[in-house]
Amino acid sequence: MSLVNEWAFIGLFIAVAWLLPTLPLVVAWVFQPRKPNAIKMQTYECGVETVGDTWVQFKVQYYIYGLIFLVFDIELIFLFPWAMAYNKLSFFAFGAGLLFIFLLSDALIYAWRKNALEWA
Amino acid sequence: MNGEAAACVNIVETLSSCLVAGGMAPGLASFIQTLMGVVLVSAFPLVLVIFLIWVERKVAARVQDRVGPNRVGPYGLLQSFADAIKLILKEDIIPAGADRLIFNVAPIIAVLSVLLIWAVIPFSPVHIGADLSIGLLYFVSVSSIGALAIMMAGWASNNKYALLGAFRVVAQLVSYEVPMVVSLLVPVLIVGSLSMQTIVRAQIGMWFIVPGLLSAIIFYISNLAETGRAPFDLIEAESELVAGYNIEYSGMKFGLFMANEFMHAFTVNVLFAVIFLGGWSGPGAEQFPLLGFLYLLAKTALVYVFSLILRATVPRVRIDQMMSFNWKFLVPLSIVNLLVIALLLQVTRALGIAPAPGETDFLANLPQALVLLAGNLVIIAGTLAILRNSGRRERLAEQTVVTSRAIVPVGSGD
Amino acid sequence: MLELNATTLAFFVFAILSLGGALGVVTSSNLIHGALYLILSLFGGAGFFVLLSAPFMAAVQVLVYIGAIAILIIFAVMLTRSMTRMTEVYNRQWWLSALVGTLLLLMLALGVIFPVWGEGGMLPNQPVSNEVATTEALGVAFVSGDQFVLPFEISSLLLTGAMIGAIVLARDTEAS
Repeated sequence: MSLVNEWAFIGLFIAVAWLLPTLPLVVAWVFQPRKPNAIKMQTYECGVETVGDTWVQFKVQYYIYGLIFLVFDIELIFLFPWAMAYNKLSFFAFGAGLLFIFLLSDALIYAWRKNALEWA
Repeated sequence: MNGEAAACVNIVETLSSCLVAGGMAPGLASFIQTLMGVVLVSAFPLVLVIFLIWVERKVAARVQDRVGPNRVGPYGLLQSFADAIKLILKEDIIPAGADRLIFNVAPIIAVLSVLLIWAVIPFSPVHIGADLSIGLLYFVSVSSIGALAIMMAGWASNNKYALLGAFRVVAQLVSYEVPMVVSLLVPVLIVGSLSMQTIVRAQIGMWFIVPGLLSAIIFYISNLAETGRAPFDLIEAESELVAGYNIEYSGMKFGLFMANEFMHAFTVNVLFAVIFLGGWSGPGAEQFPLLGFLYLLAKTALVYVFSLILRATVPRVRIDQMMSFNWKFLVPLSIVNLLVIALLLQVTRALGIAPAPGETDFLANLPQALVLLAGNLVIIAGTLAILRNSGRRERLAEQTVVTSRAIVPVGSGD
Repeated sequence: MLELNATTLAFFVFAILSLGGALGVVTSSNLIHGALYLILSLFGGAGFFVLLSAPFMAAVQVLVYIGAIAILIIFAVMLTRSMTRMTEVYNRQWWLSALVGTLLLLMLALGVIFPVWGEGGMLPNQPVSNEVATTEALGVAFVSGDQFVLPFEISSLLLTGAMIGAIVLARDTEAS
C-alpha cells in the first residue's frame, strides 16, 4: 500500500510543517516589546480617522469572476482524467474532448459578449 | 516512498537502523525517519528564502545601476539575517476589533500552502518527498489554498482597505488559475500521468519546453500573476491601496508574508523547471542522483533570475488590464493551444512518428516534438497576426477621430 | 474489533474534523467563522477520499470545494450586513429536528449498516469492492462509447447553462 505511505508523508507534512513558520513567531513573541496604547490600535486609514463602517460596498464583479472561475475549474476537473488517458485512446477521444471544450468556450464567449468580464 | 528511504545510505536511514538495532519498534523508527524527511523537505525552502531575498535585491540593484546591500557581511550576504532580527524585535500590533485567531493564523496558512508544494517536487531520481500519483493536481489544489489565507488576512484586519486589497488579490489569483491549469494539461497529454517523477522521467528524451512551448509561456505568465510578481504585482503596490491585505500586519507576521511571496515565486520556478525544463534530467543524473539535484537547482536559478530581471524591467499593469488580459487573451489562447496539441498528438500517433512511452532517446522523440513545436509556432504566429491587425485597426480608428476633431475647431474659430 | 493502526487513527482524525467542522458551522454565531469551519469540514471529506484510495477525488474536493466554492461562500457572506453577530434564532423547533435526526441515524445504523456490514450480515467486515480504480480508468470511461461519454458531454452542457444563468442573475440590475 505505497499509496498510504505517500499520503502518510503528506499527512505528517501537514501536521508538522506548520510548526516551522510558527517558530519565528514564537521567537518574536518572546523578544518583542509590548507597549499597547489606544492610538496604535486604531485601524489604519492613511493617518486619518476611519470614515464609515468597516463593511465595504461589495462589487458584484468579484463574485462574477469567482463564478466563472468555478465553472472553468469543474471543466478542468473533467479534463484531467481525459488528458491522463489520452495516449491510450482513439481519435474519438479528441472529438469528445473537443465537444466538451467547445461547449464551455461557448459560455466564455457569452460572458465576453455580455460584458461580464469587464472590471467596471 | 519518502525521500530518505530509497536505496541511498545517509544520516536519516542510518539513524533509523540504529534505533531499530537499539531495540525500538520498526514502525516507530520508520515514523521517525519519515518525520525527519518531512522536517528536511519543509526546512529547505525556508532556509533558502533567506538567500533568495539577497539575490533579488542584488539583481534588482544591478539592473538599476546600483550596488544593493553590501554592508552587512561580505557582499551583503547577512542582510536578510539582519532584516529578520529587526522584524523579530518589532512590536506586534493587533488592531482593535480584529479577529485575533484568524489574524494570527492567516500568515501561517499562507506559508503552509507554499511549503506543501515542496512535498511532491522530485529533487533527484531517488529523492522525492512523496511521489503522489496525482502530483500536478495536488500542486494546483494546494496553491488554491493560498488565496483563502489572503482572504482571511484581509478580513481579519478589520480594515476597509485591507479587505478591498484582499478581494482584488483573490480575484487576480483565482482568475489566473484557469490558464495555468489549462496549460498544465499539455504535459499531461504528452506524458499520460500526473505524477511528478513520471513527468521528469519522460523528459529524459526531450524537454517539454520544445513540444509545449506555448504552454510553457502561458504557464510562466500565469505563475507570475499567481505569485504577484511583476508585471502583475498590483498586490504589493505601495502606491495603490496602501499595501493591501497585509497593511495591519507588523513584525514577524509581516515578515512571514514577505518571505512567503519570495518562497512562492521560487517554488513555481522550481515547478517550471520540473515540468518544462526536465527537472533533474541531464547527463549523468541517473548514476549520480546528487548531480540531478544540482541540475534542478541550476535550471531553477536560471528561471528565477529571469523573473527577477523581468521584475526590474517591466512596468506594472492595472487591475482591469490584468483581468482583460487573462479572460480575453490567455484563457482562449490556452484552450486553443490545448486543442491543437491534442489534435497533433492524435495525428502523430496515426502517422506512426510518436515515440513509445518511456522513450529516452533524443532522436526518437524528435519528430513528434518538432511537429508539436511547429503547431505551437503556428498558433503564436496566428495570435500575433490577430493582435497586430486589431491594434492597427484601433490605431486607425483613433487617427480618424483625432483628425476629424482637429478639423472642426479651425472652422468654428471665426 | 478495531485495530489501532495509522489508518484507523487517520480515520478518527478526519471524522473529528468533518463532524467538528459541521458542528461549528451550525452553532457559530459569526458567519465568517462558520465559513471557516465549513472549510475544515471539507478538508475532513478530502481526507476520507484519500483513505478510500481515491486521491484524485481528494484533490478535486480541495481544488473545487475549498479553492472555489468556499471562496464564493465567503464573498457571499461578506454581503451580509451583520455577519459577525448573527444572534437571531431561526430554529424554534430544534427539539423536533434533533428527534428526527436521531431517528434517522438509528434507522440508517440498524436498518442498513449493521445488517449489511456487521457480524452475521451479508458482507461481514468487507468493503463493497476490492478494485481500486485509477484516474486513467476514469479518463477512459469518460470517452468510451459504452461507458460515460454521454454524461461527460451533458455535464459540459450543464456547466454552460450554469454559467449563463449565473451571469444573467448577477447582472440582472444592469442593462445587458
